[in-house]
Amino acid sequence: MKITREEVVHVAKLAHLELGEDEVQRFSEQIGTILDYFETLNQVNTDGIKPTFNAIHLTNAFREDEEKASLDNKDVLFNAPEKEDGFFLVPRIIG
Amino acid sequence: MKLHELTLSKAHELLRTKEISSVELTRAVLDRIDGVEAKVEAFITLTPETALARAEEADQAISRGEITPLTGIPIAVKDLICTQGIRTTCASKILENFIPPYDATVITRLSKAGAVLVGKANMDEFAMGSSNENSGLKITRNPWNLECVPGGSSGGSAAAVAADMCLGALGSDTGGSIRQPASHCGIVGIKPTYGRVSRFGLVAFASSLDQIGPLAKTVEDAALLLEVISGHDPKDSTSAPVEVPRFSGPMKENLKGCKIGLPKEFFNTQGLDPDVSESVHRAILTLKDLGAEFVEVALPHAEYAVAVYYILAPSEASSNLARYDGVKYGLRKEGQDGLADMYRKTRSGGFGQEVKRRIILGTYALSSGYYDAYYNKASQVRTLISRDYAEAFGHCHAILSPVAPTPAFRIGEKTEDPLTMYLSDIYTLSANLAGIPGMSVPCGFSARGLPIGVQLLSGHFNEAVLLKIGYQFQQATNYHMQKPAL
Repeated sequence: MKITREEVVHVAKLAHLELGEDEVQRFSEQIGTILDYFETLNQVNTDGIKPTFNAIHLTNAFREDEEKASLDNKDVLFNAPEKEDGFFLVPRIIG
Repeated sequence: MKLHELTLSKAHELLRTKEISSVELTRAVLDRIDGVEAKVEAFITLTPETALARAEEADQAISRGEITPLTGIPIAVKDLICTQGIRTTCASKILENFIPPYDATVITRLSKAGAVLVGKANMDEFAMGSSNENSGLKITRNPWNLECVPGGSSGGSAAAVAADMCLGALGSDTGGSIRQPASHCGIVGIKPTYGRVSRFGLVAFASSLDQIGPLAKTVEDAALLLEVISGHDPKDSTSAPVEVPRFSGPMKENLKGCKIGLPKEFFNTQGLDPDVSESVHRAILTLKDLGAEFVEVALPHAEYAVAVYYILAPSEASSNLARYDGVKYGLRKEGQDGLADMYRKTRSGGFGQEVKRRIILGTYALSSGYYDAYYNKASQVRTLISRDYAEAFGHCHAILSPVAPTPAFRIGEKTEDPLTMYLSDIYTLSANLAGIPGMSVPCGFSARGLPIGVQLLSGHFNEAVLLKIGYQFQQATNYHMQKPAL
């Protein structure tokens, strides 16, 4: 099944990616070929088969709800492109 | 004695008897790096000063009688693993200047054992690739033939070990990324059982598939590294609460009564290079001579592994890579249009082609209307693939197969069509899907002198049988002792 340009652009938007026209063209073709290949999975009968999300069947690994030390604020902000007063600084969100 | 050519085990012995010092050993390795790194380009960041400082500390510890197998041993680490205060880029422009504020658990363990970090190794960007050509920063060349790829995504780690620029390395394996470059570079690589090694501090690509593992010159060396990095970690909730055996002891038992399965699905493939086929068959004969018994097993869903993996891994990646948005760390590129524009410009400017392609593929597979057809379906087939292995291990202790359909290909040869590249992962992917451990061991060379590896797989947490088979194989062969003519 081919993927249309519009679908590629739409999905890219969902993923916060901005593609050039040549990228849209190239990805539509390549991803279309890959999606065609995925059709082979339709040959497999999976009725009643539970999906696997954890290969070693681990279930919830909880700890006691106790406050523990976290990262120091200066470490958290160390790589920040822009910061102010102990916060990450970003461009305006609305308007 | 060319100290950089030593195996980890031999170097440990010489350090223990004080015949050499860690400073001498580390200097020799750093000199070697000076000599050949320009040709190979295995490293993104070199840390010679820290290395010598750690080597000094190691020598002091050794003089106090405190020594472990890794004390004073120069190691390279894939640049996907966080090292506190040392640049960690994931071979991506989006993290080109990122400096982690903490060490990955495996790094803490290596440091505690006294290992010496010589540098951060190149890789495919965010571990997405099978050739190292997707690195956003530089190309690494195969030490055996500089026109060829070292494999990927742990290509830098593999090349560094093969070129004697370290005595061992850490890589990561999500679909074959330790085993395949190990095979292409003529060294040993192990992907442990999922959950055996902590993923805390491993930059996530596909969280249900990723594992850190050792790359080394011999099985014995790999076992020593594996022992140090393994173990339950409360900071990784997918870390398995199981004991870590002393891997090195049982390795030395012989192979009498060892049953090795040959999956018919892996030996029918037309795409298999004749040199690979011949080397793998010769390995089977060698193992037979060592007492192993071979049985045919079936992996009926083997052919679906590529489709399953290339749905699941990109899906998980699309989620894991959502965090690279220019806010907290890494590259930031602003536009005219506020926050959302910053996200788009940062990500589009910072990610390479393969990363973008997989994010789009994954986002599509998870999107409303497609989730059941793709992600859920693939997860169900994943269950069937896992069951195939569980069933097969009822008839054998380990399974043997090729690692890759061909030896290392030329740089640029396969970059046109992503699907062709994906299909070459056929032998390695299913182990990650099933969570089982796998190892690649050198078993021959192609007519043009490129290394070929053989793969061994076993059931969950049964790395011991892989090490035993691999170790015995290396007692009877010397492929692992050959060195590239750099």
